[in-house]
Amino acid sequence: MTAVLRAEGLGKRYRRRWALSDCTLKIPAGHVTGLVGPNGAGKTTLLSLAVGLLAPTAGTIEVCGGRPAADAAQLAKVGFVAQDTPTYPGLSIADHLRLGARTNPRWDDAVARSRVERLGLDPAQKAGRLSGGQRAQLALTLGLAKRPELLILDEPVASLDPLARREFLQVLMEAVAEHEVSVLLSSHVVSDLERVCDHLVVLVDSQVRVEGDVESLLESHLRLTGPRREPATLPAGQHVVSASHTDRQSTLVVRTDAPVLDPSWTVGRLGLEDLVLAYMEGTRAVAPGPVMEVLR
Amino acid sequence: MIWLTWRQFRAQAAAVAAVAVAFAIVLAATGPRLADIAATYRDVFDHLTANDRHLFYTGIVVMAVAPVIIGVFWGAPLVARELEAGTHRLAWTQSVTRTRWLATKLGVTALAAAAAVGLLTFAVTWWSQPLDAALSSTHGSLPSRLTPVSFAMRGVVPVGYAVFAVVLGATVGAVFRRTLPAMAVTLAVVIFVQIAVPTWIRAHLAPTAEQTVMFDRERLDGISIGDTGPGSPLRMTVNTGGVGNWVLSNQTVDASGRATDLPSWFGACLPAPPAPGTTEGPVKVQGPDTMDACFQRLNAEGYRQHLVYQPARNFWPLQWAELALYLAVSGLLAGFCFWWTRRRLS
Amino acid sequence: MIEFSLDGRSGVSPYLQVVQQVRQALRLGLLREGDQLPTVKDVVARLAINPNTVLKAYRELEREGLVAARPGIGTFVTRTLTDASLAAHEPLRRDLRRWLAKARLAGLDEESIDALFTSTFRDAQREIA
Repeated sequence: MTAVLRAEGLGKRYRRRWALSDCTLKIPAGHVTGLVGPNGAGKTTLLSLAVGLLAPTAGTIEVCGGRPAADAAQLAKVGFVAQDTPTYPGLSIADHLRLGARTNPRWDDAVARSRVERLGLDPAQKAGRLSGGQRAQLALTLGLAKRPELLILDEPVASLDPLARREFLQVLMEAVAEHEVSVLLSSHVVSDLERVCDHLVVLVDSQVRVEGDVESLLESHLRLTGPRREPATLPAGQHVVSASHTDRQSTLVVRTDAPVLDPSWTVGRLGLEDLVLAYMEGTRAVAPGPVMEVLR
Repeated sequence: MIWLTWRQFRAQAAAVAAVAVAFAIVLAATGPRLADIAATYRDVFDHLTANDRHLFYTGIVVMAVAPVIIGVFWGAPLVARELEAGTHRLAWTQSVTRTRWLATKLGVTALAAAAAVGLLTFAVTWWSQPLDAALSSTHGSLPSRLTPVSFAMRGVVPVGYAVFAVVLGATVGAVFRRTLPAMAVTLAVVIFVQIAVPTWIRAHLAPTAEQTVMFDRERLDGISIGDTGPGSPLRMTVNTGGVGNWVLSNQTVDASGRATDLPSWFGACLPAPPAPGTTEGPVKVQGPDTMDACFQRLNAEGYRQHLVYQPARNFWPLQWAELALYLAVSGLLAGFCFWWTRRRLS
Repeated sequence: MIEFSLDGRSGVSPYLQVVQQVRQALRLGLLREGDQLPTVKDVVARLAINPNTVLKAYRELEREGLVAARPGIGTFVTRTLTDASLAAHEPLRRDLRRWLAKARLAGLDEESIDALFTSTFRDAQREIA
């Protein structure tokens, strides 16, 4: 498996707060990887480190075999669609394409023009007058026509209405099929990513909670419901991700590679959203220490 | 990258260029008449119209304001606006390194600023040429080109001011990351530097000339009473014997060479001071004979007047030295700006 | 040519939904031998799903011997599932209709009918196994 992004003990500190800490990751090439986590979990920080907008405070990060933004050749390998898709409001769509053409050696003008045409946009229109969805599409067009090896998108659909969201992901997936580009995109809404991702990284409280192939994650996570019992009494192969109890019943989400044989459990599968939520809740339930500290 | 910089910059550039060209055209239209007057009459200054004087002072104002405007409106938003709008995330993730991005932006803007101000200063210098030439031979009523206010509006130094203002604005913008505060700080710093350099630095950029002269009526410029009220010591200033010099120090010294005020007996040489309540100031000298006698006594007692000044011939050496100073500081600032953009903005 | 659709709430993974929809179409005779499946790019552009999902589904169908990929051209149906059983569909459907009418007469509502059918179907499957 060739990795398109490799992080080792990666950390970033702003003044005294760690926005990302001890992140070790390996994202495989040729996949669409979803980076999910609640707001403020460090997703933007991780992506900014990957495109070289930020420099790490600790650890190393390597993208497409090089240090992010080390030189022009490295920059050419990675495309980036930033959060809220910034564009120059005073420049027209044609100007933006020209900007892309003049600053990127691998620029694919045919791709850029045909996309703008298919979106039904007037090239002479100023970017400041575009709707959020159109601006996102323009930013995506710039990212795709650059023909990167890895395209990174930070919350690309967060501010879009459902139709624009669908259209955006259609264009993105079509490009993945056509150009075989690896994609890394973040979202705080799992349902946005459910269809498009085949690899997943869950980031909570500035740390990577779980990471892996979506199919195998779904296969290895089970929801167990049964009479109340302590999670500590489970067999060795079953790792509790989250647990909730009433006075009589326990509901656990466990990660296991072997089938659950205990007949007292009702075993069910989880959707991707439930799986991610289990990890988010799990950190809250399992680690009350830091919360107490904040309260003091 | 040059294209992008130009595309973002062209509206502001056009505005400044239009003003510069318009002013240059006005100067070009009125300049030849001035040259004619200078060629025809011995004293140009008797034949200047009010319009000419207005143009002369307008030139000074335009040249004083241009670098400030350019620094505030071209330099400060250069990086700050991108950081503020988040478009740096777009620009810095194209296949152009941040260093090249900044080099191009800063280079294009600084060159444009140098060109615009270069045109202005060329026009103003050319227009003022007949007046400056006359100043060198007679006493003119307009400030000579070596005095601080005129010096900064002639020759090559305005180009240095403009480049400095752009680099300063860009650097302040990169540090503050907000356009408006960056503009305010740039404005304040440029104005401060424009006052500080002539006050404390310019005089030391070329060797000064010194004179120690005896007193006579020819050399007398004025006598003033110190500001500690009636009975306070008298001070005298004399001229350098030439015109267009920039006098830095004009001091009476005693026989041992120490700086001093005029001796108290000199008060008798003067007419009665003005009635109390009116301000002290230059006092008209008494009859010629009394004054000559007083001057002879001063000379005999060993009093001399010590002058330190930048001679008129130092105009161009001072111009080049000051330009070099500004460009050197701009270079250091730019280096800091590159370092900051590469290291601190990440 | 057929078009795929995805049900996000079915709990069935997208790749399996694609496989099932192709099988269904083969069974109902909507797809015949030699027909082309939509290209990966088309499916992806329509459904906004990961291309690997479609590729995986097509590979699965290929493994089952239902389709074959011709590089650079597309994926084509190589076998049909509409053998002799298609002829039996009509009489079976009639029987089922009759049974449904009987169930309604007996006072069963839709949910009960569904539950009864599903449980009977499962029991029968278990017996076969």
